[in-house]
Amino acid sequence: MLPFILRRTLQIAVVLWVIITATFFMIRFVPGGPFTAEKAVTPEILRNLEAHYGLDRPLWQQYLDYMGKLVLHGDLGPSFKYASRSVNEIIADKLPVSLELGALALGVALAVGLPLGLVAAVRRNTLLDYLCSSVAMLGICVPTFVLGPLLVLFFAIKLGWTNASGWYGPGDRVLPALTLGLVYAAYVARLTRGGILEVLGQDYIRTARAKGASAARILWQHALRGGLLPVVSFLGPAIAGILTGSFVIETIFQIPGLGREFVQSAFNRDYTLVLGTVILYATLIVVLNLAVDIAQVWLNPRRKFE
Amino acid sequence: MNAPSNDARGDLRPDDEPPTLDDGSQNKGEAEASGSLWHDAWRRLAKNRLAVFGAGVLALLTLACVFGPLFSSYRYDAQDLMLGASAPSAAHWLGTDTLGRDLFVRLLVGGRISLGVGLCATLVALVIGVVYGAVAGFAGGRVDTLMMRIVDIMYALPFTIFVILLMVFFGRNIVLLFVAIGAVEWLTMARIVRDQILSLKKMEFIEAAQVLGLGRRRILFRHMIPNALGPIIVYTTLTIPAVMLLEAFLSFLGLGVQPPLSSWGVLIKDGAEKMEEFWWLLFFPGGLFSLTLFSLNFLGDGLRDALDIRSAKD
Repeated sequence: MLPFILRRTLQIAVVLWVIITATFFMIRFVPGGPFTAEKAVTPEILRNLEAHYGLDRPLWQQYLDYMGKLVLHGDLGPSFKYASRSVNEIIADKLPVSLELGALALGVALAVGLPLGLVAAVRRNTLLDYLCSSVAMLGICVPTFVLGPLLVLFFAIKLGWTNASGWYGPGDRVLPALTLGLVYAAYVARLTRGGILEVLGQDYIRTARAKGASAARILWQHALRGGLLPVVSFLGPAIAGILTGSFVIETIFQIPGLGREFVQSAFNRDYTLVLGTVILYATLIVVLNLAVDIAQVWLNPRRKFE
Repeated sequence: MNAPSNDARGDLRPDDEPPTLDDGSQNKGEAEASGSLWHDAWRRLAKNRLAVFGAGVLALLTLACVFGPLFSSYRYDAQDLMLGASAPSAAHWLGTDTLGRDLFVRLLVGGRISLGVGLCATLVALVIGVVYGAVAGFAGGRVDTLMMRIVDIMYALPFTIFVILLMVFFGRNIVLLFVAIGAVEWLTMARIVRDQILSLKKMEFIEAAQVLGLGRRRILFRHMIPNALGPIIVYTTLTIPAVMLLEAFLSFLGLGVQPPLSSWGVLIKDGAEKMEEFWWLLFFPGGLFSLTLFSLNFLGDGLRDALDIRSAKD
């Protein structure tokens, strides 16, 4: 197991290096700069600004400089748009909001998806199954940017139960977390149903049944572990999807998270903030994927660490 | 024989000996199954009401989007500022937006973009995925390991972020949108095709083709890929909704097509901003978009059941 983790960590380092380098140079070859969008600054001021941020030096030198600071100090540099604020500060400010939203959404996805899928699998081909499966299909086909506004329209505007936007009290968490989580709940439900059904058809379940184990025991003790494997392997893409999906959610509900900041920073050509956010998201996703892979082997001893 | 090979195989019954060696080698692999495979699949599909419903809706929608605007008395960009936003009525079936533009026509014209992006980007993904997967599976050994490791790594990358960056930096260019989305969505296709090719490689009819001295390229394109067609079709159908979702996602962030053109994503975005007063601006675009995704997913699931393909996603 240790060699597996070590090798994967090395791989992650290489992947992240490629991402950072590619993004660094890509954003530099793009028309426009962080100071061109502003109301016309005189050439002297522009030169001073560029000198201040080191943008006047050769690109490779800037790159080495950036990488050095990043690797040695974890320093993502100053923001070009928010004067005198560092990217680290901005991320420390906004990331907790996005992470909270993501964690809540993941919770919703599992809390709603798992029971739906289990019920559908156990009561296969009954009305209950069709109902659960249809609800799951609905979740897959009604995207967040349709569901979100609809929920706002109904619960916030018509019924007045919650605020339509903002991120202050616990009540403000409900609609965003539901909107983001329900889509993934639908996938979780479908995968759970499929996984459990497949396991229930296997020989060892028949053996358990022949030994007289009760239906509940078979489900909880024998089927669940294997049946949830597809769900676990889906968690990797789901986490990535929830993180990027929150870009839209944060826009709909006016949540001051990192996702909205990222899209905004791209429009602003705030090089360092774009780069910092990309690095952060990429790291999060790659590391969480590794965690999912480890969990998978732990759940399924037949699958070796390759 | 130049006809698409699934038809070619459909014509050949196992009992009449194949006229040429070429067709014979194709026929040997699944002699019994292949003649009836597509036939059976078609019958199973026709029995699946949801899939038929989906196919019907899609056909109708496509026709309406392509030809509908030609018969309308309104243009998609004709403003009527005196009218402004009006609720659905006899004159404007689905109402008008705040600039007095007919929502029904805008939906149809937006559908051209949404469906068009869905199809074109899927085509890009299809071509990249099939070629990549086929080469990996066919080459085997180290090349295969390396190529699939690259796919594994790419799976773990936050591609949506890069698509967003691309669209922001290089302008909202439709062609770029196709390519960017297509370049993101080919990974699963590559895996599926590679697995198919690997299992086909062990089949007798491929061995026979090799013994007959057919070229590698010919074996790959004439004998292997046609036999992997089932999963390819299914995943193509399931990729289209994913692509359309991504396009609408980008449009919602303000990165899609530019006004006065619109896609469903743009219309949904507009509707969400104005839903408090003008509910129809959100309801109809959102409903139509969801209906399309429903239909595509039902059709895809139906095809998967009909062709009896196990999920290759896990």
